[in-house]
Amino acid sequence: MPSFKLRLELRAAPSRAMSWLSPVLAVLLTVLCGALLFLALGKDPLAGLAVFFLEPIQDARGWSELGVKVAPLLLIAVGLAICFRANVYNIGAEGQFVLGAICGGAAGLYLDDGSGGAGVMALVLMAGMAGGMAWAAITAWLRDRFNANEILVSLMLVYIAQLLLSYLVYGVLKDPEGFNFPQSKLLSAPMLLPILAAGTRLHLGIVFALVAALGGWLFMARSIAGFRLRVGGIAPAAAAYAGFSARGSLWTSMLICGALSGLAGVCEVLGPLGQLTPSVSPGYGFAAIIVAFVGRLHPVGVVFSSFIMALFYMGGELAQSRLGLPSAITGVFQGILLFALLGCDVLIHYKLRLQRRPEE
Amino acid sequence: MDADLANTIAALIAASINAGTPLMLAALGLLINEKAGVVNLGAEGMMLVAAVVGFAVTIHSSSVVLGFLAGAGAGVVLAAFFAALTVWLGTNQYATGLALSLFGAGASTYIGIGYVGSSLHNGKHAIPILENIPFLGTALFRQHPMAYVALLLCAGIAFFLYRSRPGLVLRAVGESPASAHALGYDVRRIRLAAILFGGACCGLAGAYMSLVYTPQWVEGMVAGRGWIALALTTFATWRPARVVGGAYLFGGVTILSFQLQGLGVPVASQLLSMLPYLATIVVLVLISSNINVIKLNMPASLGKNFDPDS
Repeated sequence: MPSFKLRLELRAAPSRAMSWLSPVLAVLLTVLCGALLFLALGKDPLAGLAVFFLEPIQDARGWSELGVKVAPLLLIAVGLAICFRANVYNIGAEGQFVLGAICGGAAGLYLDDGSGGAGVMALVLMAGMAGGMAWAAITAWLRDRFNANEILVSLMLVYIAQLLLSYLVYGVLKDPEGFNFPQSKLLSAPMLLPILAAGTRLHLGIVFALVAALGGWLFMARSIAGFRLRVGGIAPAAAAYAGFSARGSLWTSMLICGALSGLAGVCEVLGPLGQLTPSVSPGYGFAAIIVAFVGRLHPVGVVFSSFIMALFYMGGELAQSRLGLPSAITGVFQGILLFALLGCDVLIHYKLRLQRRPEE
Repeated sequence: MDADLANTIAALIAASINAGTPLMLAALGLLINEKAGVVNLGAEGMMLVAAVVGFAVTIHSSSVVLGFLAGAGAGVVLAAFFAALTVWLGTNQYATGLALSLFGAGASTYIGIGYVGSSLHNGKHAIPILENIPFLGTALFRQHPMAYVALLLCAGIAFFLYRSRPGLVLRAVGESPASAHALGYDVRRIRLAAILFGGACCGLAGAYMSLVYTPQWVEGMVAGRGWIALALTTFATWRPARVVGGAYLFGGVTILSFQLQGLGVPVASQLLSMLPYLATIVVLVLISSNINVIKLNMPASLGKNFDPDS
């Protein structure tokens, strides 16, 4: 019997089609892995997949909840896409998100006199963005001035941000009438972001996110600053020769990402949370890294991938109530998705060839 | 010296060694990775999975040794996956390591659901005779055996890297894979071996966390130690002996933050808990600010993939 073997063959040029097909393949592969996982856990794989991928979006309410989760993921992912395009490995968006929540939340609590208003709202949102930017600026500064690795610094700052949040909600920001629970006062209703559809939790944050995606696309594709940034990412030597400042790219991308992550953080507080609690994020900052990669680091691509990631989050919650599986399964799926994407991306540069082994 | 003070200091040293050991184990493994030119950002994920797997195995088998072996095994399996992607499929090392860390965080939480709340009883450990030396006995000779294994491992790695031929080849692969390839060495196999070794070390480190240090399973219990271990390799300028110093230093910082809380220092516990992370940033800044030190010591092809066919 003739035997065959698969081998990778270098393409003459990277395949454009494959670079857009790869995320789709990766999602399908993840779904397949999900089915196998359900099977291994003794659940009906089809029913499991239905719970994960169909049931969350069966009705309008489901779609609105999806939007609530898309908002932070998309905001952060647009910022990360810009960073990664510029070859700035900011993986501490989670920390920038938390600082946005802290600064925006604190500003909101301070300014909350029960009346709200557009001016106050703008101030609170800006406080959140400033918080995220300040946190990102620490990483940018240490990278710029001291050459410190931005991956490790931004990650350490995530842990510090979470401890800072915990310190505040156990301390000065704790609700004095909250029976000693580690959480702040609830913001009054006029302080919260407007709800887009009555009876749901879908808030203005999704609009911010979509605007950010559009703005991010305009910035990257149509502005000279975005062009410099992309060149610096693809060919640092060429960028330097052209006189594009690498420092400028670092600071621009970090500050944009910090602002968007901070905005995502404050929107969570002014949206679904309504107060500061010790954990404001179910890992949105890390999940958004995957969203950015699956969305091909393209501000429009990440719109699609953020919906998929939001679905994973909702599926995880449903899996808990319907299938009796822990919601931590979301984290497993997230990891598998990124692995699958990296694997499928190989096909951009290589093609699979089925080769007949020579007969002995 | 005041006897009480001496006892306190001895206990602090002992606790620092205990806290530094998992960092050392992980950092030594990562050092071997990086000497071969591979950055594995998945350390945190491997440690988490190894922590829960080691803990589960020890709970069921009541054998700590089996727990450590299972932890190392879990690390090797995850590292093999990383190696398959980066070394053979040529995926970006940073992104793949990140995926491993994210996957490990999710998977460990998932596996660990049934083990939250159980804890292990840790017997006392001591080296006979030596443990009775005043001061030094308490400070140095009452550690879990794994703490001494870590030191032996360090000595072994130092010997391997700088006194043995395979170590020389490994370093060559990290400096210039193309030259090593031209000399007839199989770069991919050597990198695979380094990555698997790194996985085993991170596995031991994770198992140490759940079997000796805590000793229980708590979600996310590794708490950034995988990342700190990555920073340690830079801090140690890729030299095994300095990893020991760095690991104990960081262990000391961790213990200091606990002790200050215990002594009733009027600073909130959350702020004190920031110390190890702040210290990591500070040492990274200090060591990286002199770019020549980094350039001189960093393996030249760190993070770059090598394709022998191209």
